[in-house]
Amino acid sequence: MDGLLFSDLTVWSMDWTLLILLVVPTVVHGNPTVTVRTGSGPPVGSNQHPNSVPLSEDTQTTTEVREVVVEEVMMTGMLNPSHYPARRAATVVQHYLNTRYGSPYRWIFLSKVHSGSAEDVAEMRKYQLELTMQEIISNVSGQCSAELLFPGGEGQSAPQVQASCEGLLQSNTTAQEEAFYQQHRASNNMVSGNDIPDSYGHMEPNMKPFWHLGGVASSFIMLRESNESTLYNMAQVANFTQLETEKDQLRVNYHVLLHEMISQEIIHWKLLVTWSPEQGVQVLQTELQPKCHNCEAPPNTTN
Amino acid sequence: MMMLGLGSVGLVLLSLAVQSGHGAQDSAVWSREETTERNYYTRYHNMSEITAWMEQMKRENPDVVSSMVYGQTYERRNITLLKIGLSSTVRKKAIWMDCGIHAREWIAPAFCQYFVREILRTYKTDTKVNEMMKNLDFYITPVLNVDGYIYSWHNESTRLWRKSRSPGTGGCTCYGTDLNRNFYANWGMVGVSTDCCSETYCGTKALSESEAWAVTDMLGKMREDILAFLTIHSYSQLILVPYGHPNISAPNYDELMEVGLGAAMAIKAVHGMDYTVGTSPDILYPFLGSSQDFARLIGIPLSFTFELRDKGEHGFELPEDQIQPTCEEAYAGAQHIITYTHDKAFYSYAATVTATLWTTLLAAWVSSAILL
Repeated sequence: MDGLLFSDLTVWSMDWTLLILLVVPTVVHGNPTVTVRTGSGPPVGSNQHPNSVPLSEDTQTTTEVREVVVEEVMMTGMLNPSHYPARRAATVVQHYLNTRYGSPYRWIFLSKVHSGSAEDVAEMRKYQLELTMQEIISNVSGQCSAELLFPGGEGQSAPQVQASCEGLLQSNTTAQEEAFYQQHRASNNMVSGNDIPDSYGHMEPNMKPFWHLGGVASSFIMLRESNESTLYNMAQVANFTQLETEKDQLRVNYHVLLHEMISQEIIHWKLLVTWSPEQGVQVLQTELQPKCHNCEAPPNTTN
Repeated sequence: MMMLGLGSVGLVLLSLAVQSGHGAQDSAVWSREETTERNYYTRYHNMSEITAWMEQMKRENPDVVSSMVYGQTYERRNITLLKIGLSSTVRKKAIWMDCGIHAREWIAPAFCQYFVREILRTYKTDTKVNEMMKNLDFYITPVLNVDGYIYSWHNESTRLWRKSRSPGTGGCTCYGTDLNRNFYANWGMVGVSTDCCSETYCGTKALSESEAWAVTDMLGKMREDILAFLTIHSYSQLILVPYGHPNISAPNYDELMEVGLGAAMAIKAVHGMDYTVGTSPDILYPFLGSSQDFARLIGIPLSFTFELRDKGEHGFELPEDQIQPTCEEAYAGAQHIITYTHDKAFYSYAATVTATLWTTLLAAWVSSAILL
């Protein structure tokens, strides 16, 4: 009886596979393969903003070229706000807003996409979006209008973003930021931490601002690395170590884990970050950490 | 005499068809006696704890809970499900739910545990849950990827493991295959990687992984009885419907979307969280070889993937204080789907039987009137 069911199943599946194999070549359009580089390209530079990354000083130990076979049709015209093209672009805007306005007490996340459109402009892809963003520490939301340009061609350069928001930055973070800054600027008590959040999603309250700062600093990398086939979040601060304050800036070395949703990869980066209430967040150095292929063997103890 | 009997059966069936909505809604307020129990369901549990918990569920509810080992992992561990339902002399229809196909998605096994506890807690007093336990059996696998889950508990550096734990082949030193790319559902065509070090590595061939094979085998055997298939993941707050291929639609796409959107509304009503509904190629990314697609392909009409909280703030490492609200909303979503599935199967059936009975009655009356 079981044998009969299995062969039924096989025939079923094979019928479907045959049908799909016949149908697919005739209906699939778009770019059949997308090469996703997880190396780093030229950093986003803009010295007018409080937060910035300098135009040089970007070292990487390896560049990984990974072939991801993705059938993607590039959407043009009005976008469905709940479909992925609008969402991915909106997340890029989120990263941009954090590079501009983020701090140990200000961390912005996408709340909702209301509308969007995309078009081809010369070699590039231009998006326009209406969004709600939320600052998650104060829970204040604001409406944003944004425009993005994803560069075309093979050169990996960062997307360009412009955004204006209403009401998003209402929360008064001055007192908290000042207190945090004063608490940590003296050199006699360097802070460090690891696994934030831990496996259970937990972190000590005094680690939270460092978690936020790590997230904001990661946004510089996530912004730079984003394209229409990526969706980044920071998965965890693996560890951070505070260094001596220099030029009135708090300095912290971070090792962060980024989660890229489409490939599902966890990507390790090291960053050198500075911050002060006046200067905002700056990322001085970024370094991609290679994925350890020999680290995956089973541990000796089993549970 | 026979007519009277038929008539009363017809009336009973008619009243079943008319009965609307759920039974008494249980309040979310916990009683004092359940405090320690409540603490259990607000924490993550390792594999030995979950195994012990399964034994406890059987012990405490022997007339409705049994377990079944239906496969082995690569490292030769049992893959176990709990079968939950009121016992019956006739063959019953089934609902399938599995959690933890991806190791790092810890909120998923937590939800399966919550779901089991919730139906066991309410089936005696909630008339709707009772009815569903009577008519259906729930087949629930709290942790499908047992090896991966155990590995993700090993230490902080293994916490974000996703795949199975089978070793790479052909000189590749990495481990693991993405179980949700390994099913015989247009395997290997889209949204996968052929690099064994990749997180979406689809394996050397379809069903190369014993975990995927175990599910395939069970679903194949039960194919005619399973009404709905639910597979639980995190994160992103989505409800996915088949298929993962951008150009192929499920024959009942409209129904799937309608039920999915209903589930999302039920979820939102609990704590205000937004879950987006759609096919994966529409709302996430295209990919093939998934368990959800396989279930739909072999004829299980209602096949859904839940991606639970959050939207990237904590990602896979969802804080324990969010376990309860996440499970509450996901339960509401799952119940919406299960209730729809149940009512479609049993009320439509009842309506058909009623109609047949009344037609028979009418025919008998007419023929007896003619004969007289």
